Amino acid sequence: MKSLAMKNLRGRPVRSAVLIVLAALLTFTALGGTLTVASLGKGLDSLEARLGADVMVVPKEATMKKKFEDIVLQGATGYFYMDSKRAQAVMEREGVGEVSPQFFLASTGSSCCSIPVQIIGIDPATDFTVSPWIKRTYGGELGLYDIVAGSDLNAFVGDKLSFYGVECRVAAKLEKTGTSYDTTVFTNEDTIKALISSSLEKGMNDFEDVDPENCVSCLMINAADGTSPEELVNDINIHVKKVKAYKSGDMISGIAGSLSGVSRMIKLLIAAVWVLGLVILLLAFTMSVNERKKEFAVLRVMGASRGKLAGLVLKEALLTCLTGSLGGAAVGLLVLIPFNGVIEQTLGLPFLLPNFGSIAGICTAAVVLSVLTGAAAAAVSAWRVSRIDTGLILRGEN
Amino acid sequence: MELKAEKITREFIRPGGKTNRFFAVKETDLTLASGKLTVLMGRSGSGKTTLLNMLSGLLMPSTGKITADGRDLYAMPDKELSKFRNVHMGVIPQGQTAIHSLNVTENILLPFGLYGDKPDEARAKELMERLDIAELASARPAELSGGELRRVAIARALVRRPEVIFADEPTGDLDDENTAAVFTFLKECAREGAAVLVVTHENEAVNYADEVLRMNAGTLEQG
Ligand SMILES: Nc1ncnc2c1ncn2[C@@H]1O[C@H](COP(=O)(O)OP(=O)(O)O)[C@@H](O)[C@H]1O
Ligand SMILES: [Mg+2]
Repeated sequence: MKSLAMKNLRGRPVRSAVLIVLAALLTFTALGGTLTVASLGKGLDSLEARLGADVMVVPKEATMKKKFEDIVLQGATGYFYMDSKRAQAVMEREGVGEVSPQFFLASTGSSCCSIPVQIIGIDPATDFTVSPWIKRTYGGELGLYDIVAGSDLNAFVGDKLSFYGVECRVAAKLEKTGTSYDTTVFTNEDTIKALISSSLEKGMNDFEDVDPENCVSCLMINAADGTSPEELVNDINIHVKKVKAYKSGDMISGIAGSLSGVSRMIKLLIAAVWVLGLVILLLAFTMSVNERKKEFAVLRVMGASRGKLAGLVLKEALLTCLTGSLGGAAVGLLVLIPFNGVIEQTLGLPFLLPNFGSIAGICTAAVVLSVLTGAAAAAVSAWRVSRIDTGLILRGEN
Repeated sequence: MELKAEKITREFIRPGGKTNRFFAVKETDLTLASGKLTVLMGRSGSGKTTLLNMLSGLLMPSTGKITADGRDLYAMPDKELSKFRNVHMGVIPQGQTAIHSLNVTENILLPFGLYGDKPDEARAKELMERLDIAELASARPAELSGGELRRVAIARALVRRPEVIFADEPTGDLDDENTAAVFTFLKECAREGAAVLVVTHENEAVNYADEVLRMNAGTLEQG
């Protein structure tokens, strides 16, 4: 019986191929869509963790906010500075809990990277946003001229990279975050100050009169207990001149919005493909059975039970759908896993693939679901075949 | 085996028309016994195929019952009746009935395959030789002529050495020589112990028959 199902499928290669491709398409969209939605969600979580502070304070100059958002959210490169005194004034406000400065610089091309790289200096003594990420892959202290490279940079532990003529050593590499961290280089405060000095000496820094020893780019702040981030933001914006405070939640909300838009579209697409797929499968199985009505009647004449006829139809469906589904899943994984960087860039949204276990789970679910859908579509035909009136079909011409 | 029909009838509903219920087969008694070849003749539409389908377990009579060595055929559940038919009955239906995706040998051996039984390849070979289709063993149905397909159907019906053989116009598209061969063949099956019922238009069939019956508008008459 099984081999009869196989031979029937081989005997009609075009129709079988169409069914297989259809099943593959169902699995591919389910897997690809679900994995994309899951990756976007994970990317957003990662981005929230990456911001890691309630409030961010940047210089007040008109273009700074945009620049800051581009660096943090889009992975653009850039830098700006404010006087340490201004930062000091912010830190002294009531309601400021944890606080740590960050220092920005952008490289102009480097051996590791065809594109400019964002360099962020942190103060290891106070930092609470980046260090937790670094600790995942590097337990040691960041010494002078040590750098931690984002996962997408073509630099590996032990490599020497030079920025503005200063040679640095890659001490660690971050794991993938799906955010702008992946193309960023991290150093400690002393290292980045040395790099800023060097960029100034070479005349390659737009802020010609900045004093590297007395500047910061931004402050990352957690509100103290009893103060809400809103209150803190308002307090700083009212009382400290020439700085601008933002709530990280507001920065993310735009991304979260477009992310849920994309997710909704993907879900609609999956639904549309599945509804269409189910209809086509139903038609295809119906046609396939109608066309062979006489063959099923002949099997019945030979002594096939009604159950066996239905089983044959279901077996044919399961064989095609399973083959197609496994193929669709393989193609889905081969597209999504190697090209997730391209997808991230195309969507312009944080994108982080779930772990292996979740991928395997989604994959299995997509295959099982497509096979079940195929079986359900075939069940109608199977039932009809099991009811055929052998006598009527075989009565022939007279 | 003795196949016995007692007071069977079959009523159909004719779509349209005034008197839309009618009896294709009126009350009939009939016994098919081992070693006997019965020929059933009659005009087109007289109910021959309907009778044959009832006897072969494919069509439930409206009334009456059919027993095989005392077992009521239509009292068996479908699964049991199907297997019983697979092993004990061979049916050569009207028309072309090959399975498109299987070659000639596979078609002939299919009755074994349905229940995963060990195929009797020697029997298939013997039948193909006797029916003169041995050289077509691996041909596809699409490549065969009507007469060749008919002989494949005959071989397939006989491959399990059934105890009851039904043939519905088995020589419809065969030439005289092959027609004679098929009747000789069916006669031999009867001599080997099978109960054989042949529906046919060929007057020549009478020469092979142990009993000739005639169907006339649903009524069976001794012919
Ligand atoms: N399944 C059916 N439904 C309705 N009418 C049928 C059916 N099968 C046969 N008939 C009718 O019963 C009569 C006898 O048909 P059949 O047994 O095929 O005749 P024969 O084989 O002698 O030519 C015909 O009038 C035919 O139209
Ligand atoms: Mg007929």
